[in-house]
Amino acid sequence: MLEIRNLHASVDGNEILKGINLIVNKGEVHAIMGPNGSGKSTLAKVLAGHPQYEVTAGEVLFEGKNLLSMPPDERAREGVFMAFQYPVEVPGVSNAQFLRMAYNEKQKHIGAEELDPLEFKDLLKEKAKLVEMDASFMTRSVNEGFSGGEKKRNEILQMAVLDPKLSVLDETDSGLDIDALRIVAGGVNKLHDPEKAVVLVTHYQRLLNYIVPDFVHVLYNGRMAKEGGKELALELEEKGYDWLKNGNEKSAIVAPAAS
Amino acid sequence: MATQLIKDQNVYSTAFRAAMHQREMIEPSWLSRLRENSFEKFEQTGFPVVQQEEWKYTNVAAIAKTNFAPVLSRNGTRPDNDWLASFAYEETRNSTAVFLNGIFQPDLSSLTALPEDVVAIELGAALLSGQHGESVRKQLESGVQLAENGFTSLNTALFSSGLFLKIPRGQRIERPIHLLFVGQAGHQDALPAAFPRVLIVGEENSSATMIESYASPDDDVYLTNAIVEVRLGSGARLEHYKVQRESPNAFHVATTSADLGPNATYDATTINFGAALSRHDIDVRMDHEGAECTVDGLYMVDGAQHTDTHSIIDHRQPRCRSQQLYKGILDGKSRAVFNGKVFVRHGAQQTDARQTNKNLLLSKEARVDTKPQLEIFADDVKCTHGAAIGQLEEDEVFYLESRGIRPELARNLLTYGFAEEVIEKIKITSVRQELDAAVLNRLHVDLEVG
Repeated sequence: MLEIRNLHASVDGNEILKGINLIVNKGEVHAIMGPNGSGKSTLAKVLAGHPQYEVTAGEVLFEGKNLLSMPPDERAREGVFMAFQYPVEVPGVSNAQFLRMAYNEKQKHIGAEELDPLEFKDLLKEKAKLVEMDASFMTRSVNEGFSGGEKKRNEILQMAVLDPKLSVLDETDSGLDIDALRIVAGGVNKLHDPEKAVVLVTHYQRLLNYIVPDFVHVLYNGRMAKEGGKELALELEEKGYDWLKNGNEKSAIVAPAAS
Repeated sequence: MATQLIKDQNVYSTAFRAAMHQREMIEPSWLSRLRENSFEKFEQTGFPVVQQEEWKYTNVAAIAKTNFAPVLSRNGTRPDNDWLASFAYEETRNSTAVFLNGIFQPDLSSLTALPEDVVAIELGAALLSGQHGESVRKQLESGVQLAENGFTSLNTALFSSGLFLKIPRGQRIERPIHLLFVGQAGHQDALPAAFPRVLIVGEENSSATMIESYASPDDDVYLTNAIVEVRLGSGARLEHYKVQRESPNAFHVATTSADLGPNATYDATTINFGAALSRHDIDVRMDHEGAECTVDGLYMVDGAQHTDTHSIIDHRQPRCRSQQLYKGILDGKSRAVFNGKVFVRHGAQQTDARQTNKNLLLSKEARVDTKPQLEIFADDVKCTHGAAIGQLEEDEVFYLESRGIRPELARNLLTYGFAEEVIEKIKITSVRQELDAAVLNRLHVDLEVG
């Protein structure tokens, strides 16, 4: 479904991704882990098409199509979804209005039927159960005045409504208490099926207790430093990211004397 | 230049002399004197010029050069009933006064839903009434506190209609009062100039809500030169909405002046959408302890529109609070001016004053001149102020795009959201919906509003 080949990306002239390779097949859940500054959030944003990041080399194929040549809104309509670490507030536009706009854009794109507000309300009610969101959230402005946990649940609600093929969750676990984490992870699990794929970007292993990955990739200094199965996450939790720096990836460490 | 000014003023001079002649036998002598003095001031100063600091960015030469005919009595124009109905608010049924080119229209107005002890009468009638004449005189003669300029002088010299509104002691009116000012040239040859004057007195512990709105059924050229004076007694409260949606070719100059008694509360929200050129001076004096005011506003302009807000919030006594949030959205080659002065006078301890002006530029050719000014002469105060001019945040646009929303719609939704910070605080549902719809319409966004 997703094929990333030798991806290099920079922000403001600083190279953050230095040659990423990754293949994600239908039905798979991949976790991308790594210390702060390793480039894992950059990878998520590059996949979604954030304008701040410049791809300097490599390619990304999504279902065989060149993902990098599509603007962000088209990527979304094609079935790529990113759950944000810091969702944006949109005053004046209710959650229901916003979601229906997004939903109908996608329906139009794939030649499926658009829904009027009443029909959409039924769909929304159904999806809201997945993340245990109260009906009152639908009439409130998008993310406005939502708590951190509510914003993350709202991201998963958007994911449920847009029904993407590929979901990239950027630090969705950050700032969540244990109950919210369980709800969010439960939503993601319920939405997952053999036709879809999930990429979880996370700093901590904690989330992976709830959403069990098939593969774990560890990013360090813009490159994949280690890859393995779900047990790799546990090993990381135990040994810490320093283990990477001191062990296998000596070449990735910049000598402090140079600066 | 000097000859030009004199020529311009001749139009007003002729109108003034004719009006004074007509009014000679009717109006009290104190008012004739006040008018003569004011007109003399106008003749001396003329209309403001850009060399004056307060008018540096707003050139009113177009007003000075246009041959306006002051409308001092009903001139036969009359807007279409359906159009008028579209500007009536559900919440103000039978509490609405309609003015056409500044002249009160009894047949289009109904104030029957107001409590009996509330005085809401046409200003001309109030002036002549034995019961209210004295209050009107007191208010008008103290009008020296108005920002003095050619426009305010001319209004005092010429006004012939408006409203006198008095909320008696302890009376708390739930129902909002709507003053609808319609500008229209109709079949008249001359371009109308309206000079409405509104006096509002909120007595001790009274409470009221007023909507002052300006609209036009056509694209006519006309001038509105309005003054609204508010005087609130101890513990009194007024919620004041000013909605300016004049014709796109109109000129709108208005002054709002509020004087707050001890513990009085004045909440003003001013919306500026219309007019080719608009200028609003809003001054709030807090000359008694414990007064509070909110002075919010939103201007949204495009094309070649020009809008200017000058506000003065004057903390003259201890323990007063003020907060001000003005937001601006500019597109095309439009231009906006925000000049907000906050004074904290000597001895006005424990003042709490906050002021913010935020502007969103949607085009490279739009321009904002913003100048928040804080002058503090007391030491135990909490004051903040700030101004910002910018574009939409890239991250915010990206968020919406990442949900499949097209870039243009994403930007428009965020622009709408920017305006909402001011609009969503409006407590009258019909007004809020009207403004939501107006903003969305300008942005060409199809969204049902709640």
